[in-house]
Amino acid sequence: MTGLALSITLTLPATAEISATRAAELEHMVLQDCGSCHGLTLKGGLGRPLTKAALAEADREVLSLIILDGVPGTAMPPWRPLLTEAEALWIADYLKGETP
Amino acid sequence: MKRFALVAAFLVTPLFAAADELTATGDLGLVIERATGSLVLVDRSDRAALGRIEGLGDLSHASLTYSPDERFAYVFGRDGGLTKVDLLTRTIVARTVQAGNSIGGAISDDGKLVAVSNYEPGGVKVFDADTLALVADIPADGKTIGLVDVPGRRFAWAVWDTGEVFLGDFSGAEPVVKMLGNAGKNPFDAVLTDDAHTYLVGLFGEKGVTAFDLWDENPTPQKFLTDYGKDGEDMPVYKMPHLQSWAFTEGQYALPAVGRHEILWVDRDSQETVATTPVHGQPVFIIAQPASPYVWVNFATPLNDTVQVVDSRTHEVVATLTPGKAILHMEFAPRGAEVWISSRDDNKVLIYDTRTREKVAEIKAEAPSGIFFTARAHQTGL
Repeated sequence: MTGLALSITLTLPATAEISATRAAELEHMVLQDCGSCHGLTLKGGLGRPLTKAALAEADREVLSLIILDGVPGTAMPPWRPLLTEAEALWIADYLKGETP
Repeated sequence: MKRFALVAAFLVTPLFAAADELTATGDLGLVIERATGSLVLVDRSDRAALGRIEGLGDLSHASLTYSPDERFAYVFGRDGGLTKVDLLTRTIVARTVQAGNSIGGAISDDGKLVAVSNYEPGGVKVFDADTLALVADIPADGKTIGLVDVPGRRFAWAVWDTGEVFLGDFSGAEPVVKMLGNAGKNPFDAVLTDDAHTYLVGLFGEKGVTAFDLWDENPTPQKFLTDYGKDGEDMPVYKMPHLQSWAFTEGQYALPAVGRHEILWVDRDSQETVATTPVHGQPVFIIAQPASPYVWVNFATPLNDTVQVVDSRTHEVVATLTPGKAILHMEFAPRGAEVWISSRDDNKVLIYDTRTREKVAEIKAEAPSGIFFTARAHQTGL
């Protein structure tokens, strides 16, 4: 099990740049702040559901760009002022259930 | 023997002892614990938590309203759950998961009906306040927002996706639902003025607020504030403002600018902009401190560690407090002496004296969000 987790980490270089402390902060941010619109359980609200099932087909790069730049014409704001690209990729992986 | 003991116990128990065990509800309140789906029952006078009520589902976005006798709370959860809680027994007495995703609700002026505003499937459902049996189901072409109680067993609401505003009359055998008009693009929340005169709908998809005169037989949309902040670039909105406690003070509305770190002051009669107050961040709640000229404001993440107090006469910020991490909500004692502030990431409710603006007490709560005192039972619109 540890070996599996390790191999996933190695295939996702972006996650390696995120410290455990920062990862905990990002997870908190996803649940609490993204959760304001997408629900604490990520089943949706004003914003779309962000469950693993809902994002199964979503590309991590595309997701990270949506996080960074928002979706114009909707309530999804750009988070670039608050997040680095590596952090946005970490969140995309987290949502897809692919973080260590 | 047993009977004798019972009778004896009755005879020797002074009557006031029984009264001691009773709890009047007029100074009670409930605090939402958003992550654990629970409520903390609080006593305002004692500044104390009395107990916890669990099993309310997903309360990550939640609000509640009270029965006219202040005994029961109706809790509206994110997961479509409508839960009736008894403050006296501190138990859940009825619960129905009535939709997939909901945003809020209200109780009718006579306390007979509870209406819930739903996102998925979009629409409004109305329930018998006693049993939570379904009374009416009004579908909508999108997510319903801004549901308020209107006197005469009526409710008003708006639809995020279409901008339509509806007034439903549930006083007769069959509901009569009337479309009042279109508020504009993406209404995000709405509120009824304290005199039930004006239904104000805040817009996210375009600049402006749309007013409907509910004292008029045939209200029409009156849009104002359509060009605020035109001289600058809008900023990201990291949390939708909430309008339920929009401040009405000194003949003005104090409104949150959307995408601007400003409070907009609008004359209640003329709907003209009176002033703009630059503030710390994107306002979320702007709430009038009862019986005072002040409004208190909290802000969207990441600037949500701060609360500011603004004087409605001068429109100046008179105090900036940093009470804690992730300040989500503020609830005033009905006469304004204290304000209770939820600090989500500190797992505390902080109690401030509104004259000294100093903290006087705190209560533990798990990731607290909304705070609701029972005095809301007597407030039109909720």
